Amino acid sequence: MRLDATLAVLQGGGAAVQENGGAEATPDLSAMLMHHLVDGHEIEVGFLGWQRTFHLPEWEPIHVGGLALDLSPTKHVVFMVATAILLLAVFIPIGRVVRGKYTDRAPSGFTNAMEAMVLFFRDEVVRRNIGHDGDVYTSFILTLFFFILGMNLFGLMPFGATATANLAVTGALAFTTFVVTEISGMRTLGFKGYMGTIFYAPPGLSGVAKALMLCVMTPVELLGKLTKPFALMIRLFANMTAGHTLVLSLIGMIFMFAHLTVGRFAIAGASLSMVLAIMLLELFVAFLQAFIFAMLSSVFIGLIRHAH
Amino acid sequence: MLYGMLAVFQEAAMDAEAAKAWGSLLGAGIGMGLAVIGAGIGIGQIGNGMTQGIARQPGAAATIQTAAIILAALVEGVALFALVIAILFKFVA
Repeated sequence: MRLDATLAVLQGGGAAVQENGGAEATPDLSAMLMHHLVDGHEIEVGFLGWQRTFHLPEWEPIHVGGLALDLSPTKHVVFMVATAILLLAVFIPIGRVVRGKYTDRAPSGFTNAMEAMVLFFRDEVVRRNIGHDGDVYTSFILTLFFFILGMNLFGLMPFGATATANLAVTGALAFTTFVVTEISGMRTLGFKGYMGTIFYAPPGLSGVAKALMLCVMTPVELLGKLTKPFALMIRLFANMTAGHTLVLSLIGMIFMFAHLTVGRFAIAGASLSMVLAIMLLELFVAFLQAFIFAMLSSVFIGLIRHAH
Repeated sequence: MLYGMLAVFQEAAMDAEAAKAWGSLLGAGIGMGLAVIGAGIGIGQIGNGMTQGIARQPGAAATIQTAAIILAALVEGVALFALVIAILFKFVA
């Protein structure tokens, strides 16, 4: 748990209370929440009292056109890169081994486990939603799943940060899904068919009725195209942020009641047992939300490919 | 109700900043409560359908359970939209 870092921040508030000589200032719960949830330029690690804060470099924003792009490696960027490196280190050897050693027999060990998951995604998620000619999308869907899962799980580890609890990260993932979906639609349906998914009128109308329906349905269709990735973005972001906010608030409650003489240990015990239950739920939610993101991406790709 | 809130603001002689904070927090709280009611009802309905389906066709239990969990996560997502907006109320304006 992030207890050490939380203690450091909250005991800063607690020390202020003792300096002020009494229950004047309660610990700053809001600052603690912000410190742990929001992206920052410091990574803290600690073990049994030893603690070290890594200050990440802050680079000058790059000015492209009218935008100022700040590409400095923040906490969430570091964890995204760590997840990517972990995935590469796990799956590239597995791919090599499956192609080399296991061409004529079933794999064993860790490769077997990963093959089970890969086949599950190919059969139950990609082929069911996209169809038989959608095998090329298996790698994309699997990448989405394992990348999001890796980032979610890194956030549950001690001194870890959830990169998916960042709207920019989930937004980029949703935008990638959007681009893949639309380009897949353009390639399957052709240009005219793809325009038909935007300028939509129910078949069988003609003349004034068709023009009217076009005017009504086109904004609806455009909005529909945009709300799906938007929902993907918000769903993943909110699930990750909500769980962490709840856990941090429960732990912060221990410090809010630290000034009580009677019952503060009971409150701490109750709070920690709730935190345990919610961390277990968080583990489940990490897997589930990664799976739902991947599955909904495959559903959207399948929907636009079968639009006619 | 809005007139009542205006009366509260004037009675307490709040300036615009304090009134904005008060009002936005109240809105966030009420919004979150209503959203969670909706999510609770929705997930309860899914549970209802799931248990009935499994009771009628125990052989399809795994399929029904998987579908129910996925649908529950989607309904939960809607309630979390409201959470994001409530967070927006609290921390941004």
